[in-house]
Order: sequence, then structure tokens, then C-alpha cells
Amino acid sequence: MMTEGSEVILSVRDLTAEVDGTPILKGMSLEIKAGEIHAIMGPNGSGKSTFSKVLAGHPAYEVTGGEVIFQGQNLLEMEPEERARSGVFLAFQYPLEIPGVSNLDFLRVAYNSRRKHQGLEELDAFDFDELIQEKLDVVKMDSAFLSRSVNEGFSGGEKKRNEILQMAILEPKLAILDETDSGLDIDALKIVANGVNQLANPENAMLVITHYQRLLNYIIPDRVHVMANGRIITSGTKELALELEARGYDWLLEAETAEVAV
Amino acid sequence: MSAAVKTLVNQPYKYGFVTTIETDTIPRGLNEDVIRLISSKKNEPEFMLEFRLRAYRHWLKMTEPTWPHVTYPAIDYQDIIYYSAPKQKAKKNSLDEVDPALLETFEKLGIPLSEQKRLTNVAVDAIFDSVSIATTFREKLAKEGVIFCSISEALHEYPELVQKYLGSVVPIADNYFAALNSAVFSDGSFVYIPKGVKCPMELSTYFRINSGDTGQFERTLIVAEEGSHVSYLEGCTAPMYDSNQLHAAVVELVALDNAEIKYSTVQNWYAGDENGKGGIYNFVTKRGLCQGVNSKISWTQVETGSAITWKYPSCVLVGDNSVGEFYSVALTNNYQQADTGTKMVHIGKNTRSTIISKGISAGHSKNSYRGLVKMSPKAEGARNYSQCDSMLIGDNAQANTFPYIQVQNHTAKLEHEASTSKIGEDQLFYFTQRGISQEDAVSMMISGFCKDVFNQLPMEFAVEADRLLSLKLEGSVG
Ligand SMILES: Nc1ncnc2c1ncn2[C@@H]1O[C@H](COP(=O)(O)OP(=O)(O)OP(=O)(O)O)[C@@H](O)[C@H]1O
Ligand SMILES: [Mg+2]
Repeated sequence: MMTEGSEVILSVRDLTAEVDGTPILKGMSLEIKAGEIHAIMGPNGSGKSTFSKVLAGHPAYEVTGGEVIFQGQNLLEMEPEERARSGVFLAFQYPLEIPGVSNLDFLRVAYNSRRKHQGLEELDAFDFDELIQEKLDVVKMDSAFLSRSVNEGFSGGEKKRNEILQMAILEPKLAILDETDSGLDIDALKIVANGVNQLANPENAMLVITHYQRLLNYIIPDRVHVMANGRIITSGTKELALELEARGYDWLLEAETAEVAV
Repeated sequence: MSAAVKTLVNQPYKYGFVTTIETDTIPRGLNEDVIRLISSKKNEPEFMLEFRLRAYRHWLKMTEPTWPHVTYPAIDYQDIIYYSAPKQKAKKNSLDEVDPALLETFEKLGIPLSEQKRLTNVAVDAIFDSVSIATTFREKLAKEGVIFCSISEALHEYPELVQKYLGSVVPIADNYFAALNSAVFSDGSFVYIPKGVKCPMELSTYFRINSGDTGQFERTLIVAEEGSHVSYLEGCTAPMYDSNQLHAAVVELVALDNAEIKYSTVQNWYAGDENGKGGIYNFVTKRGLCQGVNSKISWTQVETGSAITWKYPSCVLVGDNSVGEFYSVALTNNYQQADTGTKMVHIGKNTRSTIISKGISAGHSKNSYRGLVKMSPKAEGARNYSQCDSMLIGDNAQANTFPYIQVQNHTAKLEHEASTSKIGEDQLFYFTQRGISQEDAVSMMISGFCKDVFNQLPMEFAVEADRLLSLKLEGSVG
């Protein structure tokens, strides 16, 4: 994809963050331009989910240094709901169950809070219903899911699909997908990838966290980053993902330790 | 601030004002002379004085219960004023004769009593400290044969009815607080629905404690004759004082064959401040007797106020096929303590009961559900369904469930479900990440949690209850 000269959507520089006094992010730097899809891979516990939650503003994580600029704004100064309303979306690795709140109400309130922020009129129940039917088709979800409580009793794969449905409704500027492909059967994987590809356009950006090269057969990344121990240790094109699949992470980690030792 | 769920800050209590008014107040303390004085001030029939004295003598021999899961400093019963009434003409012929300060007080509380402004389909009995000051729509109700008046008036106008039923559901020595109430109660509401009548409007009593040292002991008696129907509502507020006030009420309901009583409460007594100072001690005995076949009594309560709540609206299901229901939302915040639940005593055949209890605890509060389901030997085919759900907000609140089950008939069936959920940082983050504010998130989750109970409330009050809970929890997270 041609991205020369496009607008920078997200710029992260030397970001460090800790949780309960334990440093987790140790100098993350990354830049994503409009129209780009980036992938982050890396071993368990390397800090991928932490990075995504710090971007979204989870209150348990304390940013100790560095900066994050989102569309020219200092993202770190914004409340989580402001970030969301400005177009930051996080598809969670482990979506929560919200008993007693219907999926439809949740989606409508979320959608209208974004509309309001954009200075647009809020949609009433009827207009919203039309919109949602259309988006349900994108993720091939049955409308029965709308009347159920948010994620309650959903299977693992259904929860992930529900995340994509939310993304499709909210049409974010920056979508962060944290292992949305984990636990999906092959058909669901295609549906999710298709949802992502339908949303991708020259104006927005995607950050896809995954362990599996196979997702990247469907969602073609412009850049692939490898995270270890709280920072990006190497970046490359989609071929890097293939190489990782074949060789694992050890060779990179060894190279990294050697480098530090010098 | 990394731990996002912080200590709770209450929305200021908006009913905390005090009305300045001249009162007729008796000296502090309790003895037989005080009881005689109360009875004579009210010009009661002789049987009432005897009832009071018998109750008092029992009370002297009883001890305050210690089993509830609540703690509070010892109450000095000699330091309480047992009777205080706004000074005004003994008998009011119309609202024009009610002290304007009192009318204004109720207006401020959202209960307009004047002809022009009153709620269109709700008749109200307004009780200020120890006495009833006005009852609306009396004539309209009288046309249907419905009696709705203060219990003091009922003692004069319908003494046989009162004598027949008073203490028939909650005997004078039932428990410590019921005995105290029976000895000193000053007013309350009386409702009588004649045979076959569907009460044409909601009946409601609004209790207002004003004085800081007066205990409030009111007594409510509702009798529904064969095939009759009534929906009754109770609301309450009190000023904010640093000291605690005692409220020990007794409510008795009697439903005869095929009769139905629906009793709803939205309790919003002052709960004390955010450090637990002040607030009402709410020690209440509420019991309904389904005496007739196919009768039904249904309790719905939304408990949001009081420093301490001790309350178990119960049903005694004597008539075959009778039905008892208990729907409850109890919310505690800051340092509030609630020990509340129900008793369903199945005596008749094929009696059925449903218990839906929703406890919400925030701040440093303690919220306990205590419920008894008893299936007596003759309760052939009786059934009970109980569901007790707790929701915790933050990390410092407590929720407990104490279910008691006694089954003496093997054909009886019981089902019990329970759950505990939590509104924690991660749930809230899930909402905020989707652009929904924390306040909206909490109110969406609470509404969802309480839905099954709110659905039971008369419509206007369901909206009110929903709003009340959101207000109470405003600023409680984040
Ligand atoms: N609350 C916490 N207290 C202490 N350590 C934490 C806390 N939360 C996360 N961590 C640690 O931070 C590290 C990074 O976790 P994170 O979830 O970001 O990893 P990840 O790269 O997403 O891993 P995975 O591939 O398994 O999803 C882990 O070692 C984890 O144990
Ligand atoms: Mg992760």
C-alpha cells in the first residue's frame, strides 16, 4: 500500500509503563500512518496486551515515560472514554461479560457517544436497528445475540466476533486487535479477517497483535514488529512473520541478549 | 491513581432539610405513664391502652436481638422522645386547615397534597413525625367503600375492625422491636378494601421524620376482604442529623379468599454521612397473612437509605393455593449496614412463593440477605423459588447470604439460585473503552441487575427507583 506522505495516525516514542510498581513496557517506539496495517508478534508475557491497554488508557497501568501522539493529540492526557470517542478502539484479548446489559443497548450507547463527539445527531432505536442489521452481516452474526447480555455465556469465538461487530459499528480511526484470531475456527477466522479488511481504508490504521502467521495470510500487514521484554526488538515486512513461524523467537532473543551484553 | 475504584462520594441527600414548626412533645423516656399519656392524647378506646400496656410489659422482659449481621452502639431507650406532633387543630375538615409549613414540606419532598397539584392516581396519607397530617382522595375512595385513613382515625371510626385485626399477624410479643412498637406507636395508615372491590387508585403513605430526638413508631394495617385488590406504596425521608434516629414500624397485611395485596416500598431515610455519622436505624417488622384460599401478597422493596436496616417482609401462606412474593433491591454505600430478606412460611396446600433479592454494596458497607423458607407438614405440593444476587462495587464492600430452609413435607419443592458479581475496574474499562462514561456504565449495570425487581413496581415509581439508585451511586467509582 502506498503510504508515502500520508498522515501519521499514531506515533509512540520511548514509552515506558508499569503496573503495581513492576515495569512492563521498557521503551516502545512505533509509528503508524493512515492506510497502514501493522502486526505485533512476540512471546507470551512480552507486553503486547499491556501496550494495547496503555494506548486505550486502562487505569491500572501507569505511564512512566515517553509520549504517544494520536492524530496530533497527546493521547496520554485523554481519559479512556475520550480516546474511544476520538476513534481509538481495542478489541480485547479477553472480552468481559457484562450481565444485565443487553448487547443492543451497549452498542447503541457506545455508538451514540461516538456520534455525539463527532457533532452528529444520535440515532434513535429504529435507525440504529437498520445500521446494526447491516453490520451483523459483515460478521455473520445472528441477531439473537443482540438481545443477550454483553458476552454473557458467549463462546470464546462468539466473544471475538462480538468485538469485531463493535468495531464495525464504531468505525475507529485506530483499531487495535489483541489476539482476535486466537481460539477461532477457520471459518470464523475468515469472517473476522474479512471484517477487518472491510473496515480498512486509506484514512484509518490497524494494529494487529497475533501469535499466528496464518491470520496474516488474510490481513496483509505493511509492517511486522517483534516485541520482547517490553519493547520492539525488530521490525520487518510480512516475510518476517513467515520466518518467525519457521524459526521461532529464540534466534532473535539470543541476538538481542548478545547485543545488550556488548 | 492506578486503583480506579476509589472511596465513595455520595450525591448530597436532597431531603435533608428540617421544618421549623411548633410541636406538642412529651418528655424523653418510656414507662407506663408515658404510654398512658400517648393513649390519652390520642383519645383512644380502652382496648388500645390495654394492648399497649400488655406489649410494654412483654417488651420489658425481652432483649434486643443480636443475630443480625450489623453493629451499632447500644440504644438508650430512655433517651428517646416517644411522641411529638405538630401543633394544630385536633380534627381537620379540609386541607385548608393544615399548617402551610407542613404542606410546603411535603411539596418540597415531591408529594403535593393540595387538590390542584396532587398526583392524579395516587391517594396519599402524609405522616409527619408521630402523626398523620392529611389523607387525600378520601371521599372518592369512600364511594367504593374503601377505607383509607390514619390508624388514629380508624380507632375512632372503625374500632371493631382495628381491634379484630391489629396484632393478628404480628403479635405484640413477636420480637423486641414489634413489642416496642405495639406499646408506643403513634400513627400510621389503615386500609380496608371491602369484598369484591378493586381499589381504583394506588394508595400511598409518605413518612417524614422531622424531629432529631423523636423515635418514629408507625403502624400500618391493611385488610383485603374476599376477592378484593389493592396496591399500596410507602415512601420515606428524614433530615440529616449527626445523631441516629430510631424508626421501628410494624406493618400487618391480611388477605382473605382470592384477595390480592401488593405492597411496595421505596425507602430513602437519611443514611448518615460518608463517614457513617448519623442516619436512621430502621428496625421494621412487616408481615402478610394469606389467610384465604388463592390469596396473594407481594412485597416489593427498594431499600436505599438508613444507617442500619433490619427488615424481613414476610408471608404466612395459610390458605390453600395462596401465593407469596418478595422482590427486593437493597443498596448500601459508605458505612451503611443492611440485614434484610424475607420469611416464606408455607402452611396450606399448593402454596407458592418467589423470592428475588438483589443486594448492591458499595463503599465500606455491609449488605446481608437473610431468608427463611419453611414448608410445614401440611404444605402438600408447596413450591418456592429463590434467587439471591449480590453485586459488589469496589473492593471494600461486603455481601453475605444467610439462607435458612426447613422442610417438613417431602412433596414440597425448593429451588435456590445465587450469584455474586462485581463492578470492578475491568468492567468499567470495557465501557469507557467503547466511549461510555463511568456514570452511564454503572447505571446501565445497576438497572440491568435490578430489572426483575423494578418491573414489579408501579410504573412511575420504577422510573423513580432507577433514578434514585443512580443518584446514590454517583461518584462511587472512578
Ligand atoms: N497486574 C499485574 N501485576 C504484575 N504483573 C503484571 C500485571 N499485569 C501484567 N503483568 C505482567 O506483564 C507482562 C506482560 O503481560 P502482557 O499481558 O502484556 O503480555 P502479552 O505479550 O500480551 O502476552 P500473551 O501473548 O500471553 O497475551 C507479563 O509478564 C505479566 O505477567
Ligand atoms: Mg496478550
